[in-house]
Amino acid sequence: MAEKLMKYAEATDKYDVVFGLETHVELSTNTKLFCPAHIEFGGEPNTQLTPVSLGLPGSLPVVNETAVDYAIKLGLALHCQINEWSQFARKNYFYPDMPRDYQISQYDKPTNGEGYLDVELEDGTVFRVPIERAHIEDDAGKNTHVGGADGRIEGADHSLVDYNRAGVPLIEIVTKPITGAGDRAPEIAGAYMRAIRDIVRALGISRAKMEQGNMRADVNVSLRPSADAPLGTRSETKNVNTFRGIEKTLRYEIRRQAAILDEGGEILQETRHWDEATQTTAGGRVKSDADDYRYFPDPDLVMLHITQSHIDEIAAQMPEMPRERRNRLKDEWNFSDIEMRDVINADALDLIEETVKAGATAAGAKKWWLGELSREANNQGVTLEELSITPADVAEVEKLIADGKLNDKLAKQTVNFVLAGEGTPAEVVEKRGLKVVSDDGALEAIVMEAMEANPDVVEKLKSGNMKPMGALIGAVMRATKGSADAKSVTKIVMSKIK
Amino acid sequence: MSDTAALVQLTAAEMAEKIRNKEVTSRELVEAHLAVIEAAEPQLQAFLKVSAQEALAQADEFDALSDEDKAKLPELAGVPIAIKDMIVTEGIETTAASRILEGWVPPYDATVIERLKAAHMPILGKTNLDEFAMGSSTEHSAYQNTMNPWNTECVPGGSGGGSAAAVAGFEAPLALGTDTGGSIRQPGAFTGTVGVKPTYGAVSRYGAIAMASSLDQIGPATRSVLDSALLYEVIGGHDKRDSTSIPEPVRPAAEAAREGAKRDLKGMKVGLIKEIGGEGFQQDVLDRFNECVKLLEDMGAEVVEVSCPHIGYALSAYYIVMPSEASSNLARYDGMRYGLRVMPPVDVPQTAANMMSYTREAGFGDEVKRRIILGTYALSAGYYDAWYGSAQKVRTLIIDDFNKAFDQVDVLICPTAPTTAFKFGDKIEDPMAMYVNDIATIPANLAGLPAMSIPAGLSGDGMPVGFQFLAPQKRDEVMYKPAAALEAALEEQWGGPVWKSMNTPWLEGLNK
Repeated sequence: MAEKLMKYAEATDKYDVVFGLETHVELSTNTKLFCPAHIEFGGEPNTQLTPVSLGLPGSLPVVNETAVDYAIKLGLALHCQINEWSQFARKNYFYPDMPRDYQISQYDKPTNGEGYLDVELEDGTVFRVPIERAHIEDDAGKNTHVGGADGRIEGADHSLVDYNRAGVPLIEIVTKPITGAGDRAPEIAGAYMRAIRDIVRALGISRAKMEQGNMRADVNVSLRPSADAPLGTRSETKNVNTFRGIEKTLRYEIRRQAAILDEGGEILQETRHWDEATQTTAGGRVKSDADDYRYFPDPDLVMLHITQSHIDEIAAQMPEMPRERRNRLKDEWNFSDIEMRDVINADALDLIEETVKAGATAAGAKKWWLGELSREANNQGVTLEELSITPADVAEVEKLIADGKLNDKLAKQTVNFVLAGEGTPAEVVEKRGLKVVSDDGALEAIVMEAMEANPDVVEKLKSGNMKPMGALIGAVMRATKGSADAKSVTKIVMSKIK
Repeated sequence: MSDTAALVQLTAAEMAEKIRNKEVTSRELVEAHLAVIEAAEPQLQAFLKVSAQEALAQADEFDALSDEDKAKLPELAGVPIAIKDMIVTEGIETTAASRILEGWVPPYDATVIERLKAAHMPILGKTNLDEFAMGSSTEHSAYQNTMNPWNTECVPGGSGGGSAAAVAGFEAPLALGTDTGGSIRQPGAFTGTVGVKPTYGAVSRYGAIAMASSLDQIGPATRSVLDSALLYEVIGGHDKRDSTSIPEPVRPAAEAAREGAKRDLKGMKVGLIKEIGGEGFQQDVLDRFNECVKLLEDMGAEVVEVSCPHIGYALSAYYIVMPSEASSNLARYDGMRYGLRVMPPVDVPQTAANMMSYTREAGFGDEVKRRIILGTYALSAGYYDAWYGSAQKVRTLIIDDFNKAFDQVDVLICPTAPTTAFKFGDKIEDPMAMYVNDIATIPANLAGLPAMSIPAGLSGDGMPVGFQFLAPQKRDEVMYKPAAALEAALEEQWGGPVWKSMNTPWLEGLNK
């Protein structure tokens, strides 16, 4: 059933957009949040278990201190109030993927309280996103529904539960209601999520791979007639796991809700789902007062006491934050604002940095990643990172050019063969014989041949008319399939006619 | 009287001494107790499961050790023990006396079981209890009633009626229990045995099936104060798998008990809790209590009355906190991963949610359901502050009361239970009457204090009466000294342990 949608520009013109994001970040600790079960993506189902992660009778949780330190790191990066005392509570509800039938999550006493994150938009505008909290909780297992049409529970014949993920530590970053974004709400949401991704990667606390479910967000949206009106009823679109999906969800919800409100309708307080196939959100469970998780402090766990000296210790080891790093690299590489923004937008910052580290110039690295390689990634429909060429390969190609061993044309061919999986640039050059013919002996013979074949040209040159030199170079190029260096050819010809 | 009967009537400390003197082997002790179990079980039904093969193998393993290796083990090494079926044992079915866990064989050992195994103490089997330790008579077991060895028409108390009856009936010299509101101490009082609830956090709860996590504590059930002290020292001490475990070494309880046996209490200040006793307490319970107070004074203790003004709210607070935590702790029994699974009837949708409902409906008994419903209600949005929140505040007030009391005295005393053991069926239909039986034991759980019940003599109808000591938090040894002194003074009066007055027909005709 297609829902009525208002045009986006009209919707954001008529209504004030308020949105909020609840971002789940899976921490990359070696073991689970409350037991020493090993964590590994893609392991055989139900192999990463202890009595605790399976919730066996008598088992008890013990907090993984590394996970708490990771949370503090993130709290510092988000300028959060780090609370001296924090506490885990039980969120009680029955679900097959929850081994204890309650989730252990920080509730009214989170480790990280209020903070903020400044995000930079494409045009350079900086927007401050207010953070409500960033709390620690454990993940549930994973249900697989078998026998239904599309892996959904509806129509499934039976379900399988894999508890490997049960107990994996998560941090949930909850923003305050974000106001004042107007029609830029989707853009801000996307930039915020990317900024979070960059921060957790820089901190080394999460792999932050959206496609592996390391990061996902619940998108809350509500509209109101004006900025001074009370907040409207919100919808919550759960577990959106791509940046584009988050932006599109916001856009869609703004248009959907505006259409309903415009007709005098009411927004249901409900959870919805983003459907990538139809590019729409679909209604789910209606939230009501019946949702009662009966939170209470988990009596199996003592309160976490985080001293200022411990916070100071962690603060002293904080790596450079992404925004500062970008500014530093911009200076080091001597890029303009626009060049740097192109690099960021292409998601090529890390790749260029690594390429430079491997010996290339910044300009050279940028030329490849934003030029030929971006086009190739686009053609293949993959990210730059997913291309089968490494920063080291790119740096090697640059070095071959600098050494005069490849010209531009050969370099492009070499890169294409590397992308095709034929090996490193050096291997490709060797195997395919792509070297610039700069060996003077071999080149000289070819040049002599060309001169003999074109006596009239040689005569003109001898008489001081340099115009037909191009014809000789062309002939040499044809003979060498483009691997000759024009300068060298000219040099040899000049020496011969003297 | 056969040799077997004489052997099993020794205290655990005496059995251990015979092992050291090579007068008896661990295997002989296990065999003697297995013989008593075989003879007594038809009348007592204290055990849900007897692990004879495991116990014999463990005994043989101990007997085969060199003298040098044996010397490194705790004093009770080689002495067998029974385990309340609320504590998980690897490879031995563990049910919490509930249908919902019928047939569940744990893949791991509780910390206390690991420590018993490290001490080479053979495990005789798993004892009966009220389902999930919810009850004060063991009548709420889904499997069987356990009879009081003093009078098989009476309950052994609860929830740890099986452990107490096994120890009182000489089926085991030692047992472990769990005490959430008195489940070790009240059965101790009802069966004329010693029951100890250590300080909260003094013994690891890892592997103790949770009823109410902030109240549960594992502790010893024995026939002497010294035996309890020795057993506490085996199972106690820090465990990193329990976040609420106290990161300190075990307290010197055995030393205190041995000191107490000298019956010199000069300089000790004993506080009699004014608010526990009087109305609702059986007269001969109070009489035995007062006689014991006199004995303590005779040994040099100064006994003064102290007030814990908020103790009157303890029972109410307990019946909010305990069911609240239990409702959450028992959620995991949903048929998904282990234990009972009941599928819905064919005309009901075969969903996971329906399976959970049918499983829990079939698997839990009435008392368990009652407490889950109570707790679910108390934690509900809008009620949380009024119920759970208020109960926690009451708890703080009671802790403050005790702190003030311990500013004045070294140790506190009161009766363990208002009555002696009652008859089967007497209170089973009246939950409130059953709950009130825990009125004197609950305050120690709410405050996390160590407490101990020892036999104080018999009522007019010949049933045991319990006398309770409470000590300051993390100072368990403090109560062992006066308890051992009182035990010694009473045994001198009676001309032997209290069980000398008990009829034990199952010990007749045992040969060895």
